Amino acid sequence: MLFVHRVAPHGRRLSTYLKASPTVQRLIREHGLSEVPLKGSGPKGTVTPSDVQAAAMAKQMVDEAALLPISIDFKPMVGHLLETSSLPTSATTNKKELVEYYKKMYTMRRMEIAADVLYKGKFVKGFCHLYDGQEAVGMGIEAATTFADSIVTSYRDHTYQFTRGSSVAQVLGELLGKYIGPAKGKGGSMHMYSAKNNFYGGNGIVGAQVPIGAGLGFAHKYRGDGGVAFTLYGDGAANQGQIFEVVNMAALWQLPVIFVCENNQYGMGTATHRGSFDTEYHARGQYIPGIKVDGMNVLAVREAVKLAKAHALEHGPVMMEMDTYRYHGHSMSDPGITYRTRDEVSGVRSARDPVQLVKNWLTQYELVTSEEIKSIEQAVKKEVEEGVEAAKAAALPPHDELVRDIYFQQGGLEPRMCNL
Amino acid sequence: FVRHKMRAAGFLHGARRARHLCSLCHRRRFTTAVEIAGETQKMTMVAAINDALRVALRTDPAAVVFGEDVAFGGVFRASMNLVEEFGPERVLNMPINEQGLVGFGIGMAAVGGTAIAEVQFADYIFPAMDQICNEAAKFRYRSGNEFDVGGLTIRAPASAVGHGGHYHSQSPEAYFAHTPGLKVVYPRDAYTAKGLLLASIRDKNPVIFFEPKILYRASVGQVPVGDYELPLGKADILTAGKDITCVAWGAQVHVMTKACARAEADGISCEAIDLATIAPWDMHTIRTSVKKTGRLLVTHEAPLTGGFAGEIAATIQDECFDYLEAPIARVTGADTPFPLAFEKLYLPDELKVYDAIVRTANY
Repeated sequence: MLFVHRVAPHGRRLSTYLKASPTVQRLIREHGLSEVPLKGSGPKGTVTPSDVQAAAMAKQMVDEAALLPISIDFKPMVGHLLETSSLPTSATTNKKELVEYYKKMYTMRRMEIAADVLYKGKFVKGFCHLYDGQEAVGMGIEAATTFADSIVTSYRDHTYQFTRGSSVAQVLGELLGKYIGPAKGKGGSMHMYSAKNNFYGGNGIVGAQVPIGAGLGFAHKYRGDGGVAFTLYGDGAANQGQIFEVVNMAALWQLPVIFVCENNQYGMGTATHRGSFDTEYHARGQYIPGIKVDGMNVLAVREAVKLAKAHALEHGPVMMEMDTYRYHGHSMSDPGITYRTRDEVSGVRSARDPVQLVKNWLTQYELVTSEEIKSIEQAVKKEVEEGVEAAKAAALPPHDELVRDIYFQQGGLEPRMCNL
Repeated sequence: FVRHKMRAAGFLHGARRARHLCSLCHRRRFTTAVEIAGETQKMTMVAAINDALRVALRTDPAAVVFGEDVAFGGVFRASMNLVEEFGPERVLNMPINEQGLVGFGIGMAAVGGTAIAEVQFADYIFPAMDQICNEAAKFRYRSGNEFDVGGLTIRAPASAVGHGGHYHSQSPEAYFAHTPGLKVVYPRDAYTAKGLLLASIRDKNPVIFFEPKILYRASVGQVPVGDYELPLGKADILTAGKDITCVAWGAQVHVMTKACARAEADGISCEAIDLATIAPWDMHTIRTSVKKTGRLLVTHEAPLTGGFAGEIAATIQDECFDYLEAPIARVTGADTPFPLAFEKLYLPDELKVYDAIVRTANY
C-alpha cells in the first residue's frame, strides 16, 4: 500500500491514502515507519497505535538483525616494511553494510555501462575512461574514509565523483558537457571535482595528480584536521619521476599521504612487466611502508585502507597497491583485446567480479532474499536510466562560460578573442 | 615569385631548380633540392609519416624510433610495421616518461645517433620542456660546438581534433619557437608531411615536428614512394594573389584557403601561404609577398597572446612599414585554455578568417 505525505498550506501533514488519525500519524513518524506499508486492524481498516507498536517492534528486529556481525576472510595482504602478521586477514561486517556496498557498487557498474552506451551513441564527446571491474577499490576507500579525507585521482574518475557525493545524473551530465555537471560541463569525463567533499579530480595528464596529493597531505597536517590524503595513480603512471619526488618529501616531513597504485595490469596496452622493471608497486616507495591488497574484494580494500590511514596519521606516508582489473580497454577508443585475450577478460569476470562477490556474500550468508536483491537492482537500474535521461535533457553551459574561470574574479581581465 | 602552386588536390609539385637570386629583391634565395624520386602513390598523412620513418630507418643505420606504444604501431598507427622490419633494438616502446624519453634521445643524439622520438600528444610535451629547451636547444652552444644533438627529432601529434578538450588539442609551437637552437616544423598534408619529416630527421639541428592529427586520415594525396625531402625554412605559396597575404600552418592552412576562396568570390585576390617551418621562419617569402600586396593576415589555432602571429606581425611591420596599407590582422584561438564544450567558439574558423580578410582588404 502506497501513501503520500502532502504538506497542507498551513503546514500540517495530511496522509492521503493511509487511514490514520493525526496522533497515530505522529506515532508512525516517531518510530521512523513513514516508508513502511502498515496494515490497519481498527474499524474500517484504520491504523491503531497497537498496529504501529507491532510494526515498530518488527522493524527493530530487522534492524538489529542487519547489524549482526559476520566475519569474512580474504586473501592475505602483502606488506613491505610491515610485518605480515600485523596485516588483517578478515573483516567484520553486517547485512546493512553489505547491502549498502552492493547498492553503491552496482550503481557504479551500471553508471559506467551507461557511459559506454552514451559514448557509442556519440552523446559523449572526447575521451572516456571506464572503471568497471575496479569498483571494489573505489567502494573500499569510500567505506574506510570520510569526506574529511581528501582524494585525488587520474582520468578514471567517474565513480569517485559518485562516491564523493555527486548523483548519477550529475556525473553523466558532466560527460555530456552539460551545465549540471560538477565542472559546469567544462571539464568533461576526465575533470570532475567536488570542493565541498574534498575530491580533487579528475586529471588528464598521467601522474600529474600525485604531487598534488602530497600537497593535500601537507595541508591536512598543517591544519591538524585529522584527515588523510589519498593520491591515486595507475601502474602506467608508477614510473613517473614526480611520484618519487613527492614520496621523498612525504617521508621527510611525515605527511599523512597514502599513495594508492590501482594496478589494473595494463598501462593502456602495455602489460605491467613490459613497462616496469619492478612490478611490486607497493614496494616502489622503497623506504615507506607498503601494502598490496586484493583489489577485487571490497572488504579487503576497506581493511587495508583503515590500517593505512591509521598508520599515515601516526607515522607518515604509506604506499598501497590495489591488485585489480578493468574490463573495458584503456578508453572507449581502445577495444581492449589487442593486448589481452577475450578469455582473460571473461575469466576475471567470472572468477573475481567485485560486484558479484558482494552479491555472493549476501546470498551465501542468507542476508537477503532473491526478491530483495532484484528490487535493489531494479531501483539502481531505474536511478541510472533516470540519470541518463536527466543528463540528456539538461542544458549546455551558456557561451560566456568559455571565458569564465580563467583567473580569480576576472573583471577587467577579459580574455581577448578574435570574433566576427 | 611562386614556388609551389597547388591547383587541385593530388597535384604533383614539380621539381624546380631555384635561381640564385630573387628577382624582386635580389637577396639570396634558399636553394632547394626537390627531386621527385620515382612513382607516387595515394597516401593518407599518417601513412606518409609512416613511410618517412621507414625510409629514415632504411637509409640511416644509426636511426632509432621510440616513444609510448611506438613499437605496437602507435596510437595513430604512425609507426605500424616498423618493428617487424627493423627489430626491437631500433623501434622501442617507452614507459610513460616524456622527460625521460626526450633526455634519452638527447643522449643518443649526442654520440651521433639519429634519435626519432615521439611524444604521444603535443599536450604531453611539457614534462619534457626542460630537456628540450634547456638541454637539447643549448647543447651545441654551451659546448662551443664540441657536442650537438642535431640527430634529435621529436614528433608530436598536435592541434584541434574536434573533441580533444584541454589535453588532446593544443598547438604549442610558440613555446619552442621562442627557444633559440630549436627548429619547429608543421606540415599541412600528406605530401609535405613525408618530405618535411625526412628533412627534419636529416637536419643537423634538434627539430620538433608537429603533426596536425585531425588530418592524419583526412588528408590524402599523391606522395612519392621513394626518398625525397622538402626544404626546411621555406614557406609555400599556395595561390598567388595581389590584394592580401594570408599566412597559416598545419590544419589551419585549409581553413585559410577556404576563407580565401570565399574572398575571391568577392573579388579580393588572396595570396595564400603555408609557413611550414615556424622556426626559422621564411621572412623573405612573407616580406616579398607583403611588399606586393600591402596587407597581411596571420591565422593559427594557438591563443592570441604570445602566439606566433605576433612575431610575424612585429617583424613585418618593422621591415615593410611603408608598404602596409592596413593593420596586420591576427585571427587566432581565444586567450582561454583549450575548451571541451566550446571548441567551435574558441577556434578561428573559416568565417572569422574570411571576415578579417574582408575588413583588412577594405581598410
